Amino acid sequence: MTSATLAGLVGAALVGLGLYGLIANPQPLRKILAFNLMGSGVFLVFGIVARKGAAAGLQADPVPQAMVITGIVVAFAASALAVALVLRLFEAAGRATLDPDAWAKPPADGAGAE
Amino acid sequence: MSILQALDVGLAFLVFAVAAWTIFAPGAFAATVGYVVYGLLLSLVWIRLFAVDVALTEAAIGSGVTGVLLIGAAARLRAAERAGHEESVSGLSGVFAAVLCALVALALAGVVLLLPDQGPSLAPQAMRKLPETGLGNPVTAVLIAYRAFDTMLEKVVLVLAVVGVWSLAADRYWGGAPGEARAASPEPTLAFLAQILAPLGILVGIHVFWVGADEPGGAFQGGAILAAMWIIVMMARLTEAPQTNAFWLRLALVAGPVVFLAAGLAGAIFAGGFFAYPPGFAKPAILFIEAFMVLSIAVTLPMLVAGPPRREPRQ
Repeated sequence: MTSATLAGLVGAALVGLGLYGLIANPQPLRKILAFNLMGSGVFLVFGIVARKGAAAGLQADPVPQAMVITGIVVAFAASALAVALVLRLFEAAGRATLDPDAWAKPPADGAGAE
Repeated sequence: MSILQALDVGLAFLVFAVAAWTIFAPGAFAATVGYVVYGLLLSLVWIRLFAVDVALTEAAIGSGVTGVLLIGAAARLRAAERAGHEESVSGLSGVFAAVLCALVALALAGVVLLLPDQGPSLAPQAMRKLPETGLGNPVTAVLIAYRAFDTMLEKVVLVLAVVGVWSLAADRYWGGAPGEARAASPEPTLAFLAQILAPLGILVGIHVFWVGADEPGGAFQGGAILAAMWIIVMMARLTEAPQTNAFWLRLALVAGPVVFLAAGLAGAIFAGGFFAYPPGFAKPAILFIEAFMVLSIAVTLPMLVAGPPRREPRQ
């Protein structure tokens, strides 16, 4: 098995792990983390497409590589916005849960002053 | 099995194990620390795929800057984590989710195994036109020349993300500075680290940008390293984040996309195509655009990490 295929299998496993974390972890921050994990798995699968496109004296096709670089930066921008939303929710309401039942009850302490 | 193959297998297991830790770790803080390690290991995998530019980006942005963002958030959300007793998905639905995710992973793994050894490639086309750009690194050529419109729009996405983050400020803080004020007496260890690391890091960042024309590196990676240096200095509280209504800050944020777009429009007039570069003048034009991109990235990433304004603006 080549190192590219191995990396692709790791990418596939990362997508599965990330998807599970996205579904199973209740905290929004853990969901953001899991989503990033899933994204990097997708990038890795795309990366082996680049590696298998080795030609013209290059070890990997530069076009998918450039798109992955763009993707990493955009993923960071999206994560920053998501984190800011979670923190703002926590600041404004004193809790950061996505559970609709919890929102039906009043907050435990006097938070939510802002 | 050769040594390299053994290393590959070991690395694959390590990446998978650390990734599993970030998902199953008991606390959010431990999970985010695991994510930073995971990003660094992943950049080694990228090196094994001969994608050194991607490895640099993953290490700098995917692991480094994202790590700082998530660790900071986890620290601030500790109170929420303690207060909440949220149930993770368990029982039958947990099993169902696990089976579903395993199926997705298996399907993807099947696709990976079915890929032909030699896939379709744009590498010959990229290499054929490379001399005309004056660059030696085909990845930089794809980013700044062949797919320039993509990269310009991505810079716009970064600016939009900053606008989105700032919009989350409370009304009275609008235009104020994010983060904490400069400390009267900074924490000595962190201040020492920032003082030692930042000057070197700035040199490395500019170097990575400059060699990016011909070797692995480029505007994203160099800009991200510069951004990390500013973040370290702000974290050490040797300096404070600028007020978000500062004109120079806003100018630096939009300089990259504006110069890029202006160069694209100039290409339409002088070189016969939107984002075309005049023959013989391509490399200076590309480096000029990249310099402003580095500036914008170096300012945008710390602003995204710093979050919305949290202090009232000084007049």
